[in-house]
Amino acid sequence: MVSMESPDLGHGDPVRSAPPADIVLTREMQAESVPGAPEPDTRQVVFDIRGLDVHYGPVLAVAEVDLAVAAREITALIGPSGCGKSTFLRCLNRMNDLIPGARVSGSVLYHGLELYGPQIDPVEVRRRIGMVFQKPNPFPKSIYDNVAFGPRVNGQRRGLDDLVEHALARAALWDEVKDKLKKSALALSGGQQQRLCIARALAVEPDVVLMDEPCSALDPIASSRIEDLMVELKRDYTIVIVTHNMQQAARVSDRTAFFTAEIRESGARVGVLVEYDQTETIFTSPSDPRTEGYITGRFG
Amino acid sequence: MIGILFLCAALSVVVTIGIVLSLIPPTVEFFQEVDLGEFLTGTEWAPLFTPPKFGVLPIVAGTLVVTVCAIAIALPFGLGTAVFLSEYARPRIRKWLKPMIEVLAGIPTVVYGYFALKFVSPYVQDLWPIGDPPGVFNALSAGLVMGIMILPMVASLSEDALAAVPAGLREGAYALGSSKFEVASRVSVPAALSGIVAAFVLAVSRAVGETMIVLIAAGGTPNLTWNPGEAMQTMTAFIAAAGTGDLSQGSTGYQTIFAVGSLLFVVTFFMNVFSNRVVRRFREVYE
Repeated sequence: MVSMESPDLGHGDPVRSAPPADIVLTREMQAESVPGAPEPDTRQVVFDIRGLDVHYGPVLAVAEVDLAVAAREITALIGPSGCGKSTFLRCLNRMNDLIPGARVSGSVLYHGLELYGPQIDPVEVRRRIGMVFQKPNPFPKSIYDNVAFGPRVNGQRRGLDDLVEHALARAALWDEVKDKLKKSALALSGGQQQRLCIARALAVEPDVVLMDEPCSALDPIASSRIEDLMVELKRDYTIVIVTHNMQQAARVSDRTAFFTAEIRESGARVGVLVEYDQTETIFTSPSDPRTEGYITGRFG
Repeated sequence: MIGILFLCAALSVVVTIGIVLSLIPPTVEFFQEVDLGEFLTGTEWAPLFTPPKFGVLPIVAGTLVVTVCAIAIALPFGLGTAVFLSEYARPRIRKWLKPMIEVLAGIPTVVYGYFALKFVSPYVQDLWPIGDPPGVFNALSAGLVMGIMILPMVASLSEDALAAVPAGLREGAYALGSSKFEVASRVSVPAALSGIVAAFVLAVSRAVGETMIVLIAAGGTPNLTWNPGEAMQTMTAFIAAAGTGDLSQGSTGYQTIFAVGSLLFVVTFFMNVFSNRVVRRFREVYE
């Protein structure tokens, strides 16, 4: 499954040929690191993605992404529409498997385990790696049943009450809904629904939470509550968020990856990773002119 | 233009009301001759004999037994087909399979009738597990084939209901580590329940109203029994058989047809009302 870097594709793409060295941490490097060593070396890598290509049928949608996601950080994926950032995000919990014709090649190591390896059960992957979607998508069930859905699917029958309360509390929703747990989740406001979806994802005790533009359907106040929540959650969870909102990426994330759509010689639009670095670096001194152009609002 | 379109819409309503109204006068005349209590509770049905017996229960039981057999086939297999089509089948398979299933709905019922009598009934006789095998005319064969006949309708309408469930709900369930079956059984089917129940009710109405299959394959003997291996007559089969006979207009026998017709109408009407309540109570609103 490891991609073969074809040299002709490698030329003329300075980004891919030189991934920022401090980000690409393997488990081996971490094992060698000394406690108290400089900050980058102590971070544990959750995802190590190498040479990732995504095809939809014959169409190449995302090409040659190399990126490493560190534990207990918020990694933001930004870029213009159609740059493949959502597609990329969906590779991390094998949601793309559900799209007929979608094909992922390259390597996605999750704690050193090849996520697309032959022994991997995608259902198990999604239990470990939760996801929150752009549009709040609570089930048309009660608030309680929404949060208990994941644990129940995973065979848990006892202790659900505590689990539901805990998950709702973690999602900063418990106080607002504790008296109406049996009411329909659809009676909640959009922001509450999204926090319910976060609670629902947390109830299965995932390791990673992927968020695909979680605030794009919400008003600014609801958005800022979700942002506060993300910062709170990163103490225990690794978060990868796709966002259209650059201020949001700047506010909450530790690292930012900038994607864009390249027009290939054939005329096809292909999503590529342009630059990946500390969020502060990306927003103050990006190394690629395309990143700078996007950040400063000159295009995209 | 709007007037023409309104007339189109009004036509079916007017016809329906007309049919119901036309049922009333002969039914009223019938019940001037026959006691309503005797009609509804009597256990012997021989309205065209002398002396006539007007106990409707045997043909109600016949209708019930045949309908239950039909639903026992159509509901599980129809729902299974719908779940397969909407949740499991690849788009290419669905594109071929759905029209093929819908072709089943286009087969004339008289063909189904002879299929029941000449093909299914011998198997029913051969494979009968306990006691004496049934005769060639039996309610089970008619019911099974009727189930096959209404299966495409259940499948197609249920599939429509499942397809209307927003994709986001399925994604949400998958993202929580649900298997395909868990997504289908815990999210898609509950969310589509109102449409599925509507399909089910329509199927029951079709089964209650279906005439040709039972006329051909179930035998023509009113028979108050729950044993589907026996020959039976249903309400519709009685109407068809009596209606094609040489009853003189205005005779009590002739009015019997309308009385049974009114009863059929009342039964299906209340079934619809009941199902509406069930749907309102259990459905999951997702909009």
